[in-house]
Amino acid sequence: MRIADILRFSVNTVRGNRARTVLMLFAMAIGVAAVVVLTALGEGARRYVTSEFSALGSHLLIVLPGRSETAGVGPSMFVAQTPRDLTIDDALALRRIAYVQRIAPLNVGSAAVSYLQRSREVPVIGTTSEWLEIRKWVMDQGQFLPPEDPTTALAVCVLGGKVRNELFGAQPALGEWVRIGDRRFRVVGVLGGQGRSIGMDVDDMVMIPVASAQALLNSSSLFRIFVETRSREELSLAQESIVKTLAARHQGEQDVTVIAQDAVLATFDKIFNALTYTVAGIASISLAVAGILIMNVMLVAVSQRTAEIGLLKALGAPQQQILRLFLSEAMLLSIFGATFGLALGALGVWGIGLVYPALPVQPPLWAVTAAVGVAVGAGLLFGVLPARRAARMDAVQALSRR
Amino acid sequence: MIELSHIERIFHVGDQQVHALRAVDLSIARGEYTSIMGPSGSGKSTLLNIVGLLDRPDSGTYQLDGADVTSLSEEQHAHTRRDKIGFVFQSFHLVSRLTAAENVELPMMLAGIEPAARKPRVQQALQAMGLENRAHHKPEQLSGGQRQRVAIARATIMQPAVLLADEPTGNLDRASGLDVIAVLESLVEKGMAVVVVTHDPFIGERARRQIRMEDGRVVSDRTTTPPLREPLFGN
Repeated sequence: MRIADILRFSVNTVRGNRARTVLMLFAMAIGVAAVVVLTALGEGARRYVTSEFSALGSHLLIVLPGRSETAGVGPSMFVAQTPRDLTIDDALALRRIAYVQRIAPLNVGSAAVSYLQRSREVPVIGTTSEWLEIRKWVMDQGQFLPPEDPTTALAVCVLGGKVRNELFGAQPALGEWVRIGDRRFRVVGVLGGQGRSIGMDVDDMVMIPVASAQALLNSSSLFRIFVETRSREELSLAQESIVKTLAARHQGEQDVTVIAQDAVLATFDKIFNALTYTVAGIASISLAVAGILIMNVMLVAVSQRTAEIGLLKALGAPQQQILRLFLSEAMLLSIFGATFGLALGALGVWGIGLVYPALPVQPPLWAVTAAVGVAVGAGLLFGVLPARRAARMDAVQALSRR
Repeated sequence: MIELSHIERIFHVGDQQVHALRAVDLSIARGEYTSIMGPSGSGKSTLLNIVGLLDRPDSGTYQLDGADVTSLSEEQHAHTRRDKIGFVFQSFHLVSRLTAAENVELPMMLAGIEPAARKPRVQQALQAMGLENRAHHKPEQLSGGQRQRVAIARATIMQPAVLLADEPTGNLDRASGLDVIAVLESLVEKGMAVVVVTHDPFIGERARRQIRMEDGRVVSDRTTTPPLREPLFGN
């Protein structure tokens, strides 16, 4: 029998039984669509987080005081015991390393910021002018901190958008003097709204020169040093140099931890990939269910079409041919179902994209391929049993039915 | 052409054995017009199924065109059926979702014949049955007699040596039944062997050779000298 004829015959059968066909297509389609949509969500979440971290810059190292065996974001990072402070001089020493392009020492505290009668308790970040380029933030008004010697405690500050609004309302803020803690600072700039950036609400903070922050917070220790290398390739070289340089400065003791932004990213990547695989696995259960449904429907079809099978045998169709006819029917249904499911999934993904524009939802290629593969495979696998039952039917008994 | 010797067929119904055929010897020559009559359960349908290779005898040998087909494989049986044997059934067995033309085309499709070669043959076969303007009708749009004629067109499209008809008029009224018999007799005239299993003595006695079965045995086998009857409708 010709392949074209087998296909034509199967299409004819499938079309001849609308309700059954539509049901089966739906079952298959929902399975495939579930895989597509759920993996797209998982992948979207992964990409979202990745892009958030990439915004940090892909060749960034973070130096933190204290020795930590594990690199990652956790409470231990913040409570690590510091035998020796990380100082501004340490930061300046790092700048002399060949691979380093920019550095930004960071000091974090909290203080009351007031203007006239209005006062707010906000996070205060002490850093240097290079911070802006390292984090790729944008200014809304004025300038960022001036590129002065980091050891100079200038009395200037940059406000987050929300802080500016709360203190100044509709009045201009640039050039005004605000009180932070017990010191006066002149407002030189207002940050643009970059939203949240890795746990920091950019809108709700005040930035001052790092030396001023040390004086204000009464601490000579730095919280972090952000180091941007010249290129991604030099990341590990730079990491080594940093550890060496600081050890040399700290009487040979390695008392700092240097984490690559990559390491954090890789961890998140792993977590979200695991998540995506999990949802794909759960969704593929529905594919298996659809496969069983195909088997069920095909079994019913075989018993409904007993007389036809008998006839085909009488007309000279060997078992193999009947097997092929029924298998191709099951395959056709699952292929159509998978196609329909892909369309449905694409629609779902598009819908999610509309609702959550920030989430870069897109099903990964492996998931789409696997979903279609499993759908067609299930059609084949679960089609074999009914097809074999049809092929092995006794011709005389089959013909005597009806 | 067909040589059956000592054919036995036993069915097991529950723990009982039913001897459907007992040592049947039968030979049918090329182009012979044969009827098999007998009461229900006399084994006539079983005999027809064995002749048509739909069923295998428990013992005995069957030679078709000089070759022993008793021991052939399932696939070889299927191919023999396809090429040498045509079937006509009481309940027509047309595929309801296919048109008359597609039903007639089915054996050629199964045989893998080129689509281009199939169309003219289908057309010709339908024309011979007087159904040329029913080609694209579905079975449910056809009368019983028309359906059986489509079935005959399908059974003869591969130009088999023998046509086996099991109660071909059983589901038809008198007029359409005679119609179908006329068609079968015209095939005999063209040299095809036709075996008709029937309850109806009027139809059975039209055949030149009449076999009577009872209780799994051939009890009478007589050949009359032609012409026994006037041809129906003078054809």
